[in-house]
Amino acid sequence: MKCEDLEKGLIAYVEDRTSAAERRGVEEHLAGCAACRARVEGFRSVSNLLDEVPAIEPSFGFDARVRQRVAAEPRAGWYAWFVPQGRLALSVAMLVALTVWMVKLPANRPPVPVPAPAAVAAASDQDFQAIKDLGVLENYDVLTKFDALSESAAATTPPLHEKAQSGEASSND
Amino acid sequence: MLDVKAGDEASFDFLLQKYRSPLVNFLNRMVRDQATAEDLAQEVFLRVYRARKQYTPSAKFTTWMFRIATNLALNSVRDNRHKRMGISLDAPLDGEDSAPLELPARERRIDERIIERDRVEIIRRAIWSLPEKQRAAVVLHKYEEMEYAEIAGILDCSEGALKSLLFRAYQTLRVELAPLVNQPAAGQVGSGAEGRPS
Repeated sequence: MKCEDLEKGLIAYVEDRTSAAERRGVEEHLAGCAACRARVEGFRSVSNLLDEVPAIEPSFGFDARVRQRVAAEPRAGWYAWFVPQGRLALSVAMLVALTVWMVKLPANRPPVPVPAPAAVAAASDQDFQAIKDLGVLENYDVLTKFDALSESAAATTPPLHEKAQSGEASSND
Repeated sequence: MLDVKAGDEASFDFLLQKYRSPLVNFLNRMVRDQATAEDLAQEVFLRVYRARKQYTPSAKFTTWMFRIATNLALNSVRDNRHKRMGISLDAPLDGEDSAPLELPARERRIDERIIERDRVEIIRRAIWSLPEKQRAAVVLHKYEEMEYAEIAGILDCSEGALKSLLFRAYQTLRVELAPLVNQPAAGQVGSGAEGRPS
């Protein structure tokens, strides 16, 4: 054991608070180290001097003063049964506040406009017609390329320039 | 303490009786003034009482209580340091005028008592001149006879650091108290045949 290793256990050795094994280790070192022996003697003297300082007793009335101060402490009321801990009470209060806020939240939103019953009926009728004509819409290509329709339309309605010429002739007459 | 937590007032009284003297002595050695030490000890008991509902037996009760006491003592010392700075080394210790609690033997001579008082005063001053943490370590180890682990818990340091604190403290005390080492204590002065009244 080196002197540095001994340092930390020296006070325990001097105050007789070491195990038998530790004590043996320290004593083996001390047997061969005069410097550490001198240090131990010095520490032992310090320990003996510290023992000379007498203990004191608390003054008369110390206990009464403590009891008086404890008695002056505010006692918990009947509501303490409901509120076992401050932190728990705070948590519950915050939870309640959050719930109230969440419940009241939709009231702050702008109201959604409600359509009139007649408008609702018209809209539903329009939807019905659209659904009814779905078959026609599906044949849109056939209808647009159906020449017979365009020919019959051309036959019944003359072109615009012919309409114009016939109009001029009638006015000249 | 668990009984106190459960609301048993008699258990608090038991704690008061058991720890009043160790606490007052510890605080007196830390702040070097009995009146302040008693005020601080009252405060410790009050804090223990106030914290009874939150107390959990995770650490030893004494570790918890002495940690409160140490913090209060160190704060008190720091707050009053400026007042202490002006005190002469020859000034009497606080509370020294009060009657000694340990009654001297009838045959002890006045000069022996004076020598003893001076000697104790020098030792007290040497303890008090230690850095705060070293002082707390010495007082808890030497006078309260606590284990290293408990003191380390109170001072919030490792056991290795505590052993170093104690080693350094004893090194300082060895130098400071060297003049007293070869002087016999007052009780030993009068132990010789020439010192005793016939």
